[in-house]
Amino acid sequence: MLSIKNIHANIDGKEILRGINLDIKAGEVHAIMGPNGSGKSTLASVLAGREEYEVTEGTVTFLDKNLLDLSIEDRAREGLFLAFQYPVEIPGVSTTNFIKAAVNEKRKYHGQEPLDALAFLKIMKEKMALVEIDQSLLSRSINEGFSGGEKKRNEIFQMAMLEPKLAILDETDSGLDIDALRIVANGINKLRNENRAILLITHYQRLLDYIQPDYVHVLYNGRIVKSGTKELALELEEKGYDFITDETDLAAKE
Amino acid sequence: MNEDLDMLEKSALNDYKYGFTTKIDTDIIPKGLNEGVIELISKKKNEPEWMLAWRLKAYAYWLKLTEPTWANIKHPPINYQDIIYYAAPKQKEQLNSLDEVDPELLRTFEKLGISLNEQKRLTGVAVDVVMDSVSIATSFKEQLSEIGVIFCSISEAIQKHPELVKKHLGSVVPMTDNYFAALNSAVFTDGSFCYIPKGVRCPMELSTYFRINAENSGQFERTLIIAEEESYVSYLEGCTAPMRDENQLHAAVVELIAMEKAEIKYSTVQNWYPGDKEGKGGIYNFVTKRGICQGDYAKISWTQVETGSAITWKYPSVILKGDHSIGEFYSVAFTNHHQQADTGTKMIHLGKNTRSRIVAKGISAGQSQNSYRGLVRASKGAINARNYSQCDSLLLGDKCGAHTFPYIEVKNKTAIVEHEATTSKIGEDQLFYCRQRGIDAEAAVALIVNGFAKEVMNQLPMEFAIEAQKLLTISMEGSVG
Ligand SMILES: Nc1ncnc2c1ncn2[C@@H]1O[C@H](COP(=O)(O)OP(=O)(O)OP(=O)(O)O)[C@@H](O)[C@H]1O
Ligand SMILES: [Mg+2]
Repeated sequence: MLSIKNIHANIDGKEILRGINLDIKAGEVHAIMGPNGSGKSTLASVLAGREEYEVTEGTVTFLDKNLLDLSIEDRAREGLFLAFQYPVEIPGVSTTNFIKAAVNEKRKYHGQEPLDALAFLKIMKEKMALVEIDQSLLSRSINEGFSGGEKKRNEIFQMAMLEPKLAILDETDSGLDIDALRIVANGINKLRNENRAILLITHYQRLLDYIQPDYVHVLYNGRIVKSGTKELALELEEKGYDFITDETDLAAKE
Repeated sequence: MNEDLDMLEKSALNDYKYGFTTKIDTDIIPKGLNEGVIELISKKKNEPEWMLAWRLKAYAYWLKLTEPTWANIKHPPINYQDIIYYAAPKQKEQLNSLDEVDPELLRTFEKLGISLNEQKRLTGVAVDVVMDSVSIATSFKEQLSEIGVIFCSISEAIQKHPELVKKHLGSVVPMTDNYFAALNSAVFTDGSFCYIPKGVRCPMELSTYFRINAENSGQFERTLIIAEEESYVSYLEGCTAPMRDENQLHAAVVELIAMEKAEIKYSTVQNWYPGDKEGKGGIYNFVTKRGICQGDYAKISWTQVETGSAITWKYPSVILKGDHSIGEFYSVAFTNHHQQADTGTKMIHLGKNTRSRIVAKGISAGQSQNSYRGLVRASKGAINARNYSQCDSLLLGDKCGAHTFPYIEVKNKTAIVEHEATTSKIGEDQLFYCRQRGIDAEAAVALIVNGFAKEVMNQLPMEFAIEAQKLLTISMEGSVG
């Protein structure tokens, strides 16, 4: 579904991604871990098409299309979804209207009729139950005054509404209390299926206790320096990043 | 559910869609302004002697004045001798029903989305239509008159209700008030008149639709609304004009009078032709609007959505004379390309326990300049006066400007005046967030701008709010770079 080959990316002339390779198949869940500042969010932004980042080398294929050729909105309409680490507030725009706009833009792109209010409401009710989000949140301006946890839950709700092919979740677990974490993780698990791939960016094993990944990768200094199965995450939890990063730094010096 | 989406789809309709001209016989007088012209206007309108005398007095005063220069606007000098002061679509003098209106005219208004007949009956809006210098038709007159509401053109009011006009005309905006008010007093040609008798709650929205059609003409309308004790009226005006290369002058005067416990809600959706992308043509909209809360517990509320005009210069104001009276001003001013807007309000607190609230939202795009200018004055007698002002500016791009000029004059210690102002840009983060959800940049900006303006839009009567929202979206076309 997604094939990243040797991606290098700069921001303001500074190289952040330094040759990333990653293949993700439909139905798989990959977790990306790595210390602060290693480039995890940058990778997510580059895949989503954020224009501040300049891709200097490499290719990305998404559903047999050259992803880097598509505009931000077309990537989204093709089925790429990014749950933001820091969702932004848009004052005065109700969450419901925002999501309705998003859903119908996607439908239009795929040659479908827009959903009318009733049909939309029905789907919304279903998905609300799925991620256990409160109606009152959805009538408020999007993300405005939402607590950290509410913002994250709203991101997963949008994922449920937009039914992406590939969902990139950037630290969706951070800032959640124990109950919220369980609820959000359950929501994500319900959205897991054989046609959908999920890329989880996280710092913590506790999310992976709920959502069992097929693969775990460690990103360090703009490169994936180690890949493995879910046991790798456990090892990291135990030993910290040092055991990998020291190895890498050493290798770089030699 | 909301109309956002349909609205966004329709926003594909680019440019100024009201820019067509109606081919219709027009009765026009030669360009230029002098006593003779004023006499001619008065005669054409078959006015009583006192009206002509009033006009001539205003003219004499105007001659002594010079154009004000304090506003944050720039334009070449206006040649007042190069303007046609009277242009009227030719038709029978007095119309008995809408069937007698020239079909070409009716088609014009259909095109503008204003149906003068059945449709409006369903939505329950009474409409007065003013084309160039004269009122074309007023609907619902009879139904309204049954409950004592007078809704007609000001010309008709001068004929049929001279005592009311004589008493109130110029009582809120004296002819000596300012340059454009003096000019208007001398040459005003038509406008609307509303009178709501004591204790009557006007059962429908009253609305006037202004259209400039004739070339080289100016429009000088005059509106007078009187709400007697314990009455209520909601009034809405809309305006459009054809696209023309030269600038046209629109200098209106609006006066509102609210007696004890009366409430007047006045809404404007102003979409005069703004000129083209290079700044050529467009309407100069120099307007004086003022209301007085004459009695205790009276309330006047102005709501305006300003998207049109090359230059807007207007400050709808409230004189809070009655104790416990309330004044409100809600404004959205959108400027694009080379448009200039200098707009705001004046809240003059005279009575005790008077309250005012100002919410002004300026949105600038292109190379436009958008200024808020507001005065809050609490006089000695305005014990416990309260004002809250909030001015927010949103910039689209970096070639436009937003300016805020708040003037606060407080003459007694019990008054509390609060002012808050913010300036923001549409953030890259906001745009990216929307686009990541599949909403393209143009639609995203429309969404964000409508969100920004929402607090004001919500003040408009429902159906006009939807219109205004569409208008805002259409005006914004091409402002995303
Ligand atoms: N505009 C910029 N100019 C220079 N450096 C930048 C810019 N934006 C991001 N960076 C740097 O890029 C690096 C990677 O940042 P990124 O946000 O991708 O890290 P991350 O792995 O997501 O970290 P965290 O775990 O803290 O979320 C950081 O060192 C950051 O400071
Ligand atoms: Mg990050």
